Amino acid sequence: MSDRATEMPTPPALPTPIAVPEAVSPTRQTWQMFYQNRAAMLGLCILLVIIITSIVGPLLYTVPPREMVWMPLTPPGQSEYLLGTDYLGRDLLAGLINGGRVTITIGFAAAVLTVLIGVTIGALAGFFGGWVDTTLMKVTEFFQVLPNLLFAMVVVMLFSPTLTNIAIAIGIVSWTATARLTRAEFLRIREMDYVKAERSIGAGNSRLIWKVILPNAAPPLIIVAALSIGSAILFEAGLSFLGLSDPNAMSWGRMVGDNRPYILDSVWGVTIPGLAIFLTVLAISLVGDGLNDAINPKLRQR
Amino acid sequence: MVKSAPVVKSVLRKIASILLLLLAVLVLNSVLIYAAPGDPVEALVGEMGGATPELIAELRATYGLDRPLWQQIGVYLGNVVQGDLGHSLYYDQPVTTLIASRIGPTLLLITTALFSAIIVGTILGVFSAQRRNSTLSHFVTVLSLAGFSAPVFWIGIMLILLLSVSFPIFPISGMTSSDGTTSTLGYAMDVAHHLVLPALTLGLIYLAFYSRLARTSMIEVLEADYIRTARAKGLSRRSVVYKHALRNAILPIVTFAGLQFGQVISGAVLVETVFAWPGLGTLAFDSILRRDTPTLLGILFFSSLMVVVMNLLTDLLYRRIDPRIKTS
Repeated sequence: MSDRATEMPTPPALPTPIAVPEAVSPTRQTWQMFYQNRAAMLGLCILLVIIITSIVGPLLYTVPPREMVWMPLTPPGQSEYLLGTDYLGRDLLAGLINGGRVTITIGFAAAVLTVLIGVTIGALAGFFGGWVDTTLMKVTEFFQVLPNLLFAMVVVMLFSPTLTNIAIAIGIVSWTATARLTRAEFLRIREMDYVKAERSIGAGNSRLIWKVILPNAAPPLIIVAALSIGSAILFEAGLSFLGLSDPNAMSWGRMVGDNRPYILDSVWGVTIPGLAIFLTVLAISLVGDGLNDAINPKLRQR
Repeated sequence: MVKSAPVVKSVLRKIASILLLLLAVLVLNSVLIYAAPGDPVEALVGEMGGATPELIAELRATYGLDRPLWQQIGVYLGNVVQGDLGHSLYYDQPVTTLIASRIGPTLLLITTALFSAIIVGTILGVFSAQRRNSTLSHFVTVLSLAGFSAPVFWIGIMLILLLSVSFPIFPISGMTSSDGTTSTLGYAMDVAHHLVLPALTLGLIYLAFYSRLARTSMIEVLEADYIRTARAKGLSRRSVVYKHALRNAILPIVTFAGLQFGQVISGAVLVETVFAWPGLGTLAFDSILRRDTPTLLGILFFSSLMVVVMNLLTDLLYRRIDPRIKTS
């Protein structure tokens, strides 16, 4: 440095190294913001622990969740079964681990379905406008009017409560918000110059929808998709609490529902599975909020 | 009065669209019965403990289940127009009678919970919007996060454990205690006593939602140009917040109250089940246990009807608050 300074005695404006910020890609910037958000990182950690437990747990902890293994209504910590047993003498911990698998699987499957239906309908309505928009928005309005839980109850009861049917029922009643958001984004983006440019060089409708507009509409949709996993898990919990769950599978909502008549004898039986649902959805909400802050830094005022 | 003509016209258009939506619910109901494996007659026969094939065929003919889909839809629509939602197989009563006997408690629960949530939520939101880093503001953030994430039936059970079991202040379940109080006031007090916990449970979820909504909306409004103008005119802080800002900030709350009514009914199903509140929700729960399809479909239709009526009412309210909206 000093050598250079003597060789080139120019005014000090040029050589002083001003800390030029390193060029960071928008994606990386988003991740940095997310990484610095403590609540969101906490949510992500909780979520990872829950997901890993529900994948690996049933292999490591092999107590059968639906069989009587000990005296009914044993409180936590009084036997080899850590979290105690329920009114049928079933191990609560085994139920929790195996139920997590079911709850999370249905949550993800239903969320995927929600996003698929919602994005497709919203994209078509927003892109084509006119009668396509009018018709699809009428359909959306129809599904908004239908009380979602009652409709899902009818579907699951009539078509038997298998895991697939439950996921489909949740997907069918949950897509309207995604559709409206997608439509609004498409209405906004389709008027942008780069879309017009693509159109002018002969891009077809399907290219415009899926390759040009959708990637640009993605950020808000990612947040909605993340949050819809949480609402799907809550929805599944509600259905299985009401007894509409696969009889061959444990699920957290069903555990709360099963133990509800025995709350006076077994506080833990209703508290622990409900807490598991709460923590999982809370973690998802934290991650969703963190994504929201990271993707829209300007809206951080909430 | 000339002004009211477009309003009447747009309300009429709204009603037409409501009728169309209800028609669609009915068609959907018949399609579901048609498409589902097994039919009401099988359930009925199961209840009776078996029947001859001739009797089953006869029953199918009585219910019109042997006809093609479009005729079944026609029969169902015709019945509903005449006020007949079918016959409950389990209770052996017309579904309309059953629903009529359960509608009161549900409406009481929903309106109490929703109105308290909207009022308290707006107050919390408005105060926390003015001091964004206060304790109250953080409380609203935490409350809304928890309210979004906790299953409503679990909140109910936790409240029972806390306020009926540990500290026996409120009754565990039901709508009245059967101690035969006859005076009207005594009865009302008894119902109110039973109402507290279910309404609190259902209300907490929506309180979380409305306090966050009111806060966001108030923050947005407080930054608008007309608020700056009002401040620049030298109006007092109170006048700016309550006369200028609140009226505008409240608009999204009214909109969502209408839009969310369907979800409130869904929440009520769960809350009523937890507290054995004798409304439509417990009826829906019981009809699932008994595979009572006509009753469940009747409740679905009737709840949709409540949602659209509620939408219409909030629409009218919106027009009153925001005079800019005349038509459209």
